[in-house]
Amino acid sequence: MAEESGGERNRTNAFVVSARKRTMQKLAKTAGEGMLFAVAAFVAVIVLFIFYFVARDAIPFFQIRGFSEFFTSTNWYPADQPAQFGALAIIYGSLMVTLGSALIAVPMGVAAAICLSDILPFSIRQYAKPVIEMLAAIPSVAFGFFALVVLAPLLQNNGGPLLMWAWWILVSPFLLLGVIVLSDLLTSNIRVQKRREQLHILYLILFGLLSISLLYKVGTALYGIQILTGTNALNVSIILSFMALPTIVSVSEDALQAVGRDIREGSYALGATRAETILKTILPAASSGILAAVILGIMRALGETMVVWMASGNSSHIPEPWFNYLEAIRTLTATIAGDMGEADQVTGSARFHVLFAMGLLLLVISFISNLISERIVVRQRKILSGQ
Amino acid sequence: MIKKLLQLVTLLAFTLTATANAAVGTLVIDGSTTVGPVAKTFAAYFTKKYGVRVTVSESGSGNGAKSLINGSCTIAAMSRAMKAAEIGAARSKGVNPVAHVVAYDGLAMVVHPANPVRSLTKAQISSIYRGIITNWREVGGPNARIVVIQRESNSGTEESFKELVAGKGIQITGNAETQSSNGSVKSRVSTTLSAIGFLGLGFVDRSVKVIAVNGVLPNVTTVKNGSYPVTRPLFFYTNGQPSGSVKQFLELPNTAEGKRMISELGFINR
Repeated sequence: MAEESGGERNRTNAFVVSARKRTMQKLAKTAGEGMLFAVAAFVAVIVLFIFYFVARDAIPFFQIRGFSEFFTSTNWYPADQPAQFGALAIIYGSLMVTLGSALIAVPMGVAAAICLSDILPFSIRQYAKPVIEMLAAIPSVAFGFFALVVLAPLLQNNGGPLLMWAWWILVSPFLLLGVIVLSDLLTSNIRVQKRREQLHILYLILFGLLSISLLYKVGTALYGIQILTGTNALNVSIILSFMALPTIVSVSEDALQAVGRDIREGSYALGATRAETILKTILPAASSGILAAVILGIMRALGETMVVWMASGNSSHIPEPWFNYLEAIRTLTATIAGDMGEADQVTGSARFHVLFAMGLLLLVISFISNLISERIVVRQRKILSGQ
Repeated sequence: MIKKLLQLVTLLAFTLTATANAAVGTLVIDGSTTVGPVAKTFAAYFTKKYGVRVTVSESGSGNGAKSLINGSCTIAAMSRAMKAAEIGAARSKGVNPVAHVVAYDGLAMVVHPANPVRSLTKAQISSIYRGIITNWREVGGPNARIVVIQRESNSGTEESFKELVAGKGIQITGNAETQSSNGSVKSRVSTTLSAIGFLGLGFVDRSVKVIAVNGVLPNVTTVKNGSYPVTRPLFFYTNGQPSGSVKQFLELPNTAEGKRMISELGFINR
C-alpha cells in the first residue's frame, strides 16, 4: 500500500508545477498573445492609416472644386488654364475595363477550376495548376508590353477575323447542341397524332434554324469590323482577364476541393451523374468560396495600373456608343500614375489633390465590394449549414 | 562598454563620411525622355573618360524639374524651359536653376508610312488636335478617322507641341490617346494606319513617316536656320553655376566628341 501511494505521489508530482514556473508560463502566454494581437492590430491600423492619409489629401479637392464637376463632367484638362477636373469619363473607363475583364475571366476561370478539381485526373492537375499560377508571377509591365507591341497591332490588322473566331468558339457548343437536337427531331419518326404537337415541333425546327442563321449573321458582321486603334478597352480587358485568371482559378479550385469527398460520393451514391454532381451539389456548396475568388480577381483588374497605362490609349472620353469596347479609354489608376509626376502642391493645388480624390474613390469601391462579398459569404454559409 | 560605444560611433561616422565623399563623385541626371539618349550617351562617355559615375533616369521634364527642386538630382534634363511656377518653387527652396542648352531639336510630326499625306499646315495640325478635323479625307488623305496621339501632361515635348504648333491654351480633344514616352508614341504610330503623333527628331526612324509642317521637312539645315517652324532647345538645368565634374559634363556639347554624339543621335548641335 505504502509503495502504491508513493508511486501515486510521484506521478502527481510530475504534473505539479512550481509557483515560479507557473507565473513564468502565465507571463509567456500573455506576452505571446499580446504580440499576436499587436501584429493583427498593426495590419488593421495600416489600413486605417492609408484611408486617413488618402482622405486627408482628397478632401481639399472637394473643398476647392465641389463634387458636381468631378462626378458629372467629362472634361479632363488638369494642366490647362483654367483647369477642368471632370472625371466621369475616367470613372466610366475604369468600370468598363473591370466589367470587360470580369466577363472574360470569370466564366473561363470558374470553368478551369471545375475542370482542374473534378474532371482532370490527379496526375495532370498536379502540373496544370502550378502552370496557371505562374501567370500571376509575370510582372505587369511585361503584360503591358505584350499588349502594346503584340496584341494592339494584331487587333488593328486582323481585328475582324479574330473577333469572328472568338465568337465561333464561344457559340460552338450551342451550335452543336442545336444541330444534335434538330437532327434528332428530323430523323426520328415519332408518330405524332395531334396537330398541335406537330405544329410545336415545326416551330421548334424553325426557331432552331433562325437562331443558327442569326449566330452566323453576327459572325460575318464581326468579320467585317475594322478596328481603328489597337490600344482600346477590349485589348486591356483581355490582358486584365489574363492577370485575374490565376487568382480566380486558384482560389475557386481550393474552394471546390474544400467541398470534400464525402459530399461527392454521397451525390454519386444517390444516382446523380457527374454533371449533376458538379452543377447541383459541388458548385452550390463551394459558391461562397468561388464568389470570394471572383471578387479578388475583379479587384486585381480594377487596381491594375501598368497594363492600363500602356495599353488603354488613355483618352478620357466616354466611347460612342457607350458599350463600344473598340475605342481608347482612360482609367482612374492610369490617370493617377500618369499625372502624379507633374502634379504637386507647387504647380497647382487642385491638380494634386484630384489624384488623391481618385485614389479615395478606388479605395471606397474596393472597400464596398469587399463588404458585399463578405456579407454574401456569411449568408451562404448560414444557408448551407441549415440555420 | 562606453569605450566600445565610442568606437562604434567613430566607425559609423567614418563610413558615413566615406559614402558622402563617394556621392560627390557621382552625377545624378533626371528628367526628359527626349534628352534621355543624349544624357545616357554622354554618361557612358563621361564615366569611361573621367571615371565619374553618372546615373540617368527618364521620368519626364516635369519630374526633372521637381527632382532638381527637391535636391534629388544634380542635373535636370528638360525638353522645355522651366515654367515661372517651377522657378518660383525652386527659389523658395533656395535652389537657383541655371539653364544650359545642350542641343536643338525639331519636333517631327509623324504618321504611318502607308499614309499618303505629305504635308500639313500648322493650322491643320492644330485643328486635328482640337478635334475639329477628324478624318484624313479633310486634309487630302484617305477616308479614315484620325487616331490622334499625344504625350502625357508630364512631358516637355507635349508642352513644346502645344506652344509651337497647336497654340497655347487650346484644349486637345478628349479622343486623343496619351502615351508616356517618345518610344511608345513611335511604336503606336508605326503600327496604326491612321495615327498621327509627334516625336523628338532624334527618335525618328524608318518605321514612321515624317510629314512637312507648312511645307518644310525637319532636318539639320531647316532646324538650324529656323525655317522649320517647330524647333526648340533642349536643356540641362543645374542648381547655381556648375563646378567640378558637373561643369566638365556640361561642357561636353562644346567638344568635338560631344558634337559627334549629338548629331549621331539625330539632334542638332548648337
